[in-house]
Amino acid sequence: MSAKKRMNGADAVLRSLEAEGVDIVFGLPGGAILPTYDAFARGSTVRHVLARHEQGAGHMAEGYARASGRVGVAIATSGPGATNLVTPIADAWMDSTPLVCITGQVRSNLIGTDAFQECDITGITIPIVKHSWLVQDVEEIPHTIKAAFHVASTGRCGPVLVDIPRDIQEAELDFSYPDDVSLPGWKPPRRGHPRQTMAAAQAVAAAERPILYVGGGVLNAHATDELLKLAETARLPVVTTLMGKSAFPETHELHMGWPGMHGPKWSNFALNKADLIVAVGSRFDDRVTGKVSAFAPGATVVHLDIDAAEIGKIRRADVPVVGPLKPVLADLAKQLATLAVPGRTDPWLRQIAEWKDQFPLRYGEGGDLLKPQPVFEMLQEMTASRDDIIWTTGVGQHQMWAMQYLLCDRPRTFITSGGLGTMGYGLPAAVGAKAARPDATVVCIDGDGCFQMTQQELATSVLEDLPIVVVIVNNGYLGMVRQWQDMFFGERFSQIHLTQSLPDYAGLARAYGALGFTAETEGEVADALEEALASGRTAVVDARVDPAEHCFPMIPAGAAALDLVEYTDTTSEVPA
Amino acid sequence: MIHTVSVLLENKPGALTRITSMFARRGYNIESLAVGTTERHDVSRITLRVDCAGQPLEQIEKQMHKLVNVLRVNELVPGESIERELALLKVTAPPSSRAELMAMGEVFGARVVDLGPDAIVFELTGPPEDVDSFEELVRPHGLQELVRTGRIGLNRPSRSNSKRPKQHVLV
Repeated sequence: MSAKKRMNGADAVLRSLEAEGVDIVFGLPGGAILPTYDAFARGSTVRHVLARHEQGAGHMAEGYARASGRVGVAIATSGPGATNLVTPIADAWMDSTPLVCITGQVRSNLIGTDAFQECDITGITIPIVKHSWLVQDVEEIPHTIKAAFHVASTGRCGPVLVDIPRDIQEAELDFSYPDDVSLPGWKPPRRGHPRQTMAAAQAVAAAERPILYVGGGVLNAHATDELLKLAETARLPVVTTLMGKSAFPETHELHMGWPGMHGPKWSNFALNKADLIVAVGSRFDDRVTGKVSAFAPGATVVHLDIDAAEIGKIRRADVPVVGPLKPVLADLAKQLATLAVPGRTDPWLRQIAEWKDQFPLRYGEGGDLLKPQPVFEMLQEMTASRDDIIWTTGVGQHQMWAMQYLLCDRPRTFITSGGLGTMGYGLPAAVGAKAARPDATVVCIDGDGCFQMTQQELATSVLEDLPIVVVIVNNGYLGMVRQWQDMFFGERFSQIHLTQSLPDYAGLARAYGALGFTAETEGEVADALEEALASGRTAVVDARVDPAEHCFPMIPAGAAALDLVEYTDTTSEVPA
Repeated sequence: MIHTVSVLLENKPGALTRITSMFARRGYNIESLAVGTTERHDVSRITLRVDCAGQPLEQIEKQMHKLVNVLRVNELVPGESIERELALLKVTAPPSSRAELMAMGEVFGARVVDLGPDAIVFELTGPPEDVDSFEELVRPHGLQELVRTGRIGLNRPSRSNSKRPKQHVLV
């Protein structure tokens, strides 16, 4: 413990963040958090990025966390500032993103009086945080922030919230930052049970059609090297979920795509026809399983997870291993180095390869309108040889195409809102990712609906010198809603038309001091992307695509994964 | 199936809310809940009756374990634990039926804690099943008001089953 120093609570907040090694935070000031912003004015090694909306600040902190593997920090004032953080907190909760939110609260003596900009943010967020604290004494600040970072980043990662009344920020304390944190009720598992790991290894070695079903937990656990080792040791095919995308190199021969609602048919076949599923930091989400009772009916399940509550939550685990994935995967690989029979999975790998040839991704080509898929093929082609690309996405059709077409070989290069499905996530998350990885070229794939939810953060990108490239896959519609209304609601289109040309996205980008491009043909898209990627500036490419295009394949909600609907020429309005 | 679960948790603001909120969010149905102090001033104990129709108890226990304020969760298994409940019952008791009611009370060990011209208030402590029986017995006489604490319980030291982990532990 360092020597004590007299200071106020606000300074103690910043000294605590510095002690945690925080280099950057995202936020927006207001009344109840003013003392803390005054402390920023007095100086800190922590850089503050000023967002235009607290939701943007929250998603930036998430993007930072996902790109860096560290804890993201967002700061907001009380009341509306705090409630604007609710969506990012819920998003971080669903996707297990480590996030510390610090909010100002009205003065202690005003709490409970319906004071100006008062709201019970700790109460509001109880269902979507790992834990939260309302600081009631200035002396609690160092320990509380220490505990907040500890809880956010240990066990299964996730969001926490620290709510600090204004008078507590102003009160004085003798500051010292604790070395340890005392949380008697917080004891995440520190290792997997060796007997269970052995049982898992034996199950894998005995299987004829094993598959690794990899989720975001592998990225959170920094266990991508161990995963690669395991897959290569026993020659196990790998499918990665949307959250697991980039946890395993996607140009690797053992990568078998992405299972789920819009995953390729061959990926869903591989997962559903396996006789052994090794779930690694994945949670049998309904978007992956489809109808649970029909999901991989013949498979034995080995489930590796840091969170014991995920075991058996959706699908019974025959062999559960609860523990941190890094050592668990390493142990498993070590066991399999002796147990695995060379060549045993070859017929199974050949079978999946056959399915891959048999069921490629298809879409209707030709016609006057630019199809969205070639935009993604172009992006993939233009960036394939680069090792500095990080993708972020919004939510909807463009997100699913990004999953299908953009191949990620390096960890933490695909940042998306998987669980909550938060439209508007992509742009601020890209700004946060750029803050985490200044060396990277960050490209946000967005929809026109998503873009309009958080577009104001273009100002943050430009003014804070965190340049990003935004590619709007602009079909003028809430495209995924349009697809559902078309396929499942008898083509009764309702409240989905946004129009392709209002706003003028390129003009809007220029108004924010960014580069703006409008592209309506493949040639125009290629030119715009090239210029945008080379510019080193914030740029928006408005790619106007066929509004009627659907994203295929698709497992209709509630249907079995094997009953997925594929593209057929008749589903396209363009003549084949 | 209804289970009784005993939860030790830190005596911190909002700790109880976090548990009940988790139950509501996960769709677990609480039949009764009693909360109070323990031998340690910084620790509270909750005794919960939870309907596990939709979810296995294990899943509920694991979700509780994830809460930072929760120190320990264990099930109170019938036969291996002592469960008690306190009830206050206000029963219509005109002079004509007073003697009969008081005799019934005596059988169950219920105390008469107040007596008015037309009503008796009984206090009964005992196994919840006894409270159920007494409640049904006096109901035909006119049960004006009833309040039950919800059950509390502890594991029996005399019948600790070594095969069953005291604390929910997952391999």
